[in-house]
Amino acid sequence: MNNVIPLPTRKDEAWRYADLDALARVWGDVPQGPERIVVPAGETLSRQIVLPVAMSGVSITDLDVVIEAGATFALHLLATDADYGRMSVNILVHEGAHFEMGGAIVGNGDQTLEIVTQVNHAHPNATSNQVVRSVLAGHATGSFLGKVAVARHAQKTDASQSVKAMLLDRTATANAKPELEIYADDVKCAHGATVGELDKAALFYMAARGLPPQVARKLMLQAFIADAFVSLQDDAAREAIEARALAALEGLA
Amino acid sequence: MLQIENLHATVGETAILKGLSLTINAGEIHAIMGPNGAGKSTLAYTLGGRPGYEVTEGSATFDGQDLLALEPHERAAAGLFLGFQYPVEIPGVSNLQFLRESLNAQRKARGQEPLSGAEFIKLAKEKAALLRMDMEMLKRPVNVGFSGGEKKRNEMVQMGIIDPKLALLDETDSGLDIDALRIVGEGINAIMRKPDKAVLLITHYQRLLDLVKPDFVHVLAGGRIVRSGGAELALELEEQGYEAVA
Repeated sequence: MNNVIPLPTRKDEAWRYADLDALARVWGDVPQGPERIVVPAGETLSRQIVLPVAMSGVSITDLDVVIEAGATFALHLLATDADYGRMSVNILVHEGAHFEMGGAIVGNGDQTLEIVTQVNHAHPNATSNQVVRSVLAGHATGSFLGKVAVARHAQKTDASQSVKAMLLDRTATANAKPELEIYADDVKCAHGATVGELDKAALFYMAARGLPPQVARKLMLQAFIADAFVSLQDDAAREAIEARALAALEGLA
Repeated sequence: MLQIENLHATVGETAILKGLSLTINAGEIHAIMGPNGAGKSTLAYTLGGRPGYEVTEGSATFDGQDLLALEPHERAAAGLFLGFQYPVEIPGVSNLQFLRESLNAQRKARGQEPLSGAEFIKLAKEKAALLRMDMEMLKRPVNVGFSGGEKKRNEMVQMGIIDPKLALLDETDSGLDIDALRIVGEGINAIMRKPDKAVLLITHYQRLLDLVKPDFVHVLAGGRIVRSGGAELALELEEQGYEAVA
């Protein structure tokens, strides 16, 4: 199948951390165009997506979501099983609607994994909250690019992003790129990004109580990654995606 | 139980312990006092095996084992408990989960069966009650949002649950109000004053020693024990200061 859409380049802001060589290998085969989701006015929808395993090693999930007035969309993502994995989400939030997102990236080896979001607040009184947690080992690269666009008349918008990455090896890379584009004057947009390592004082404290290092590390990483899924209301669904994330974390030990 | 011989330790490039010797037998409670910077916390961390605290000379033998050859978690499993001057916060990990995993890791290392969930909760409730700690606090993440006094009481709850042979308590009394101090002192007595256990209290103040009566008091200065005596030595220090006594 021939593709009419040209391969992205690093000059495309949303692709600046992408593994373009890997992408080029499969560019003719990846499904083009996003999956469209509409959350009807006043309704609530929850989706959990684990990046699917692809034979080629390149896995791309692309969503285009419209959240109609007063509706809520909760999206929880896990990116782990791909040489190059990308989860991109474009969201339009209507008046009084809410977008809740939790994303987790667990990478090792030479993996390149990214979550790329654009949240468009085009109408007043809408809210969005995005929490992204990455755990990266080996030579892996994990990136979050999150754009929030607030239109001129989208007053009382409340948008927040919390992005944290944990590097288990000095050779791993984390990119966090929040981007705010605000044209309204009565809005709240908060974002925070940190990149760190496991707290050595906490590891010693846990060892002093008898926990072997690998168990202490696992407990801390579990707690760290769980932040991404705490907003998932359905217990069974939360436990299911957490279990997948934990299995990926085990693979880092 | 613990024999420390001529212990020298450095932190970074700085020599802190310079030939410290101390023997603690089962059934004894020892107190170490001394001016700031004398090496009291370094002694606790060195015995606990904290990374960055390097032993350059000397030995420490715990129940016949070379303590210094063990990893920190192995020292805990061998029966050593380190009560922290500044207990560490661990976001997202509940006290109960942390303690159950810790206790069962120690039991596993000793070849014992793990405690079941029900057995563990019963034990935790009993020890929390001893330290007048609300069980709800034990469901919260480790030390997160706890006041200084609550953190210290939590250390003692942990000590009760883990039930060590030897407790090294680093300024467990600092940051406690009078009521909390009494609760902590009574907790130490209830948990550790037994013929097969021993305690090393690191403290600045006589008030803890009024509650937990030491059999021996040592003055640590310049990285060595410069004077040892009975409980009366602490009173003398309180009256006359370190310079006059040591």
